[in-house]
Amino acid sequence: MTADSLYPLLEPLLPHVRKPIQYVGGEVNSIAKDWDAVDVRWALLYPDAYEVGSPNQGVQILYEVLNELPGVLAERAYAMWPDMEEQLRRHGLPSFTVDSQRPLGDFDAIGVSLATELGYTNLLTCLDLAGMPLHADERTDGHPLVIVGGHAAFNPEPIAPFIDAAVLGDGEEPVVRISRLLSTWKAEGRPGGREGLLLRLAATGDVYVPAFYDVAYLPDGRIDSIRPNRSGVPWRVSKHTLMDLDEWPYPKQPVVPVAETIHERMSVEIFRGCTRGCRFCQAGMITRPVRERSAATVADMVDCGIKRTGFDEVGMLSLSSADHSEIGELAKGLADRYEGTRTSLSLPSTRVDAFNIELADELSRNGRRSGLTFAPEGGSERLRRVINKTVSEDDLIRTVSAAYASGWRHVKLYFMCGLPTETDSDVLQIARLAREVIRTGREVSGRRDIRCTVSIGGFVPKPHTPFQWAGQLPAPETDRRLMLLRGEIRGDREYGRSIGMRYHDGRPGIVEGLLARGDRRVADVIERVWRAGSRFDGWSEYFSYDRWTEAARDAWEGEAVDVDWFTTRERDFAEVLPWSHLDSGLEPEWLWQDWQDALSGDEVGDCRWTPCSQCGVCDQLDTHIQTGPTGKAWIPTIGVGQPAAAPLGST
Amino acid sequence: MSRRQSPNVAQPIVQRLRIRYTKSGRMRFASHRDFQRALERAVRRSGLPIAFSGGFNPHPRIAYANAAPTGAASEAEYVELGLRDRVDPATVPGVLTAALPAGFAVVQCVETASGSVADRLTASLWRLQLTGVSAPQTRLALQRLAAAGPVTVQRVAKSGVKQIPVAAALLRTDVADGESPADPTPCAILQVVVRHSTPSVRPEDVLAALVEHADLAEPVAVIYTRLAQGPLIGDPPTVGDPLSEVG
Repeated sequence: MTADSLYPLLEPLLPHVRKPIQYVGGEVNSIAKDWDAVDVRWALLYPDAYEVGSPNQGVQILYEVLNELPGVLAERAYAMWPDMEEQLRRHGLPSFTVDSQRPLGDFDAIGVSLATELGYTNLLTCLDLAGMPLHADERTDGHPLVIVGGHAAFNPEPIAPFIDAAVLGDGEEPVVRISRLLSTWKAEGRPGGREGLLLRLAATGDVYVPAFYDVAYLPDGRIDSIRPNRSGVPWRVSKHTLMDLDEWPYPKQPVVPVAETIHERMSVEIFRGCTRGCRFCQAGMITRPVRERSAATVADMVDCGIKRTGFDEVGMLSLSSADHSEIGELAKGLADRYEGTRTSLSLPSTRVDAFNIELADELSRNGRRSGLTFAPEGGSERLRRVINKTVSEDDLIRTVSAAYASGWRHVKLYFMCGLPTETDSDVLQIARLAREVIRTGREVSGRRDIRCTVSIGGFVPKPHTPFQWAGQLPAPETDRRLMLLRGEIRGDREYGRSIGMRYHDGRPGIVEGLLARGDRRVADVIERVWRAGSRFDGWSEYFSYDRWTEAARDAWEGEAVDVDWFTTRERDFAEVLPWSHLDSGLEPEWLWQDWQDALSGDEVGDCRWTPCSQCGVCDQLDTHIQTGPTGKAWIPTIGVGQPAAAPLGST
Repeated sequence: MSRRQSPNVAQPIVQRLRIRYTKSGRMRFASHRDFQRALERAVRRSGLPIAFSGGFNPHPRIAYANAAPTGAASEAEYVELGLRDRVDPATVPGVLTAALPAGFAVVQCVETASGSVADRLTASLWRLQLTGVSAPQTRLALQRLAAAGPVTVQRVAKSGVKQIPVAAALLRTDVADGESPADPTPCAILQVVVRHSTPSVRPEDVLAALVEHADLAEPVAVIYTRLAQGPLIGDPPTVGDPLSEVG
């Protein structure tokens, strides 16, 4: 296996594609290890455009973790835009990594980060362009292993035929163990070939190998059983949980893209997991328990990161950043430290809470207070109890008033449409809420130019959540409710002009829902739609709903299932779900009870502050909540008024 | 409560530097905006005491001038930096180059009192490496182009189709043979001096004029490199050094 860089062959093609810089690598902090000096080679593929994939934390973390291992290298790869795909096909060239432009097919393993289901068609493009058979069972010993991870890997069944393995949960430790196992297997002369390797991997319990499980179906279309088809393979495969984030301060030196990306900032993950218990939120359910990084480590990572990247904005990332036990000290300490250095700090994903306004004020001390975002998700208090995102209307108005009062001009509110039990009245209350926000905002700020933008996404039920049994709202009904709301907002003479509404039609959500809760029978649809030309399904300018429905009709002609069956149909507790052999640690009984509680509007508390509700994760996976305050000392005043690195010698 | 006063006041500039940088290898595919972000981050990483403007959205005091198009390499791009503390200009090229992605290099830095480097950039010397066409074919095409009069070419931009008056800006041409013994593919090296104008004439426009108005065969591969940019001087027309004789 030799892998020469394709760069000399690609160079003449680059003037003919849009944004060629995204394909050439060479970014500050990128790594290009010597190909011949290692024996395990990973391509880390994010199956969307570079501008979307490059800021992804998962890829950045694993890129550093793997490249720090002796004998192992990792290079990054992203989806090719259709213009580049066309150039590659015309010139008979394969898909490649951006670090050294090496063909994907020359690596030992392709680690695929699946943040969203809408990247599945792009995954097929990447594999096909690599010259690999789409189907894992047609691959030979010379082809790389295709191993998927990320949130969508918690139900990889719709792409089961295309992948060799899936890793559930945190990837830091599994990739190290997989690398060792690969190295040993190669050193031993590849005993058992590809299947031998997969068997070894499956036996560790670290990875799920779909080919080692058989799925049987009932005549009505439901799954009868999912069982291993050979010995030495676990019945259930569990997710990985990384404990002690302070021991894993990655990424230490984030890659600084030359091309423009969707997040022009550095991110530091301040904790992983969330137990707020929002019932629609797959991320919150599958990343339990909460594991905080100490303020001291976060402060170090921010400092090192800024020095090594030159970024002027740092986002403190998590699923609900204001919940960090040391967030107040952290925000004030960092704001003090970077005062006068033109470094801005931001706190994405905050809850509707007056405390968050104080935090946001602190972090924007020297900057413009333009927009602040909150996510009440549901329009009425009743619906917010259903989804367990409890915030009272009074709290919401009080929070937003505080924001306008301290100089914020624009508040964005995120909602979902199509949540279980939702009625027209719940949706219309979004308009009432927005009106109330503007009314009080004008009052407290004394200005009329304040704005409120309402963003609404269609709700898509996801695996491993209490709503995994729910029927998804059909697209036409989603659209009807959105139009109803739009009419209500537009019809408001007093406040309507201050309220913006952003939304998407319901159809992409149906395809997302099909891919999220689908089983192995959906794979045929994905392959057909890809052959019919689907690419970049997450991009509205490329997405074609009709192509998906046609592919589904052709694939399932005369069968018991169709798109509605997978999406809008409500399931019951007895049904074997496609992911029931994949263990997120959540007890199915707990999830079902939570679903029943949702329907009756009963809330469940956060186990960080109220008694454990027995979701099962800590017991099942031998993990526990790790929160502070740690009391570990750190010096918030380092470098006040100084540039991020030592200044040059002056004349 | 109403308007907040911005706590950021503009920092006075105590030293103005003009730098020349090069763009080569893979980084020729960076757009000008890509370079701007890379330079601003490199400045932060290097600790160069750049001055910031005031207001809610302070910007580093960096002035860019006439950047080469995406895809073109360059030996001669110019930027001006306003610093809030004095530094030794001789240290700047090394420090900034180390902080930039490989492929961008700061090769010269001089201190300047006033004026703008952009005013001194009135012409460019471009090198067009035309793989697939020979030097004699290129010479013949240049003769035809000269005979064709004031030709223009079309360029499709985001703002619409632009008419580019190539002939009027083309001041001087030289052709050399770029074939190598190792590779028998014909290859012409065309050097042109182009006057800066609005709309500006890019090297790709010169090639388009040769192909569309002078029957030059389409080359199989082209690499454009700006060799110099500066004040237009003398007869025959040459491009001077914009960093010399600055006061």
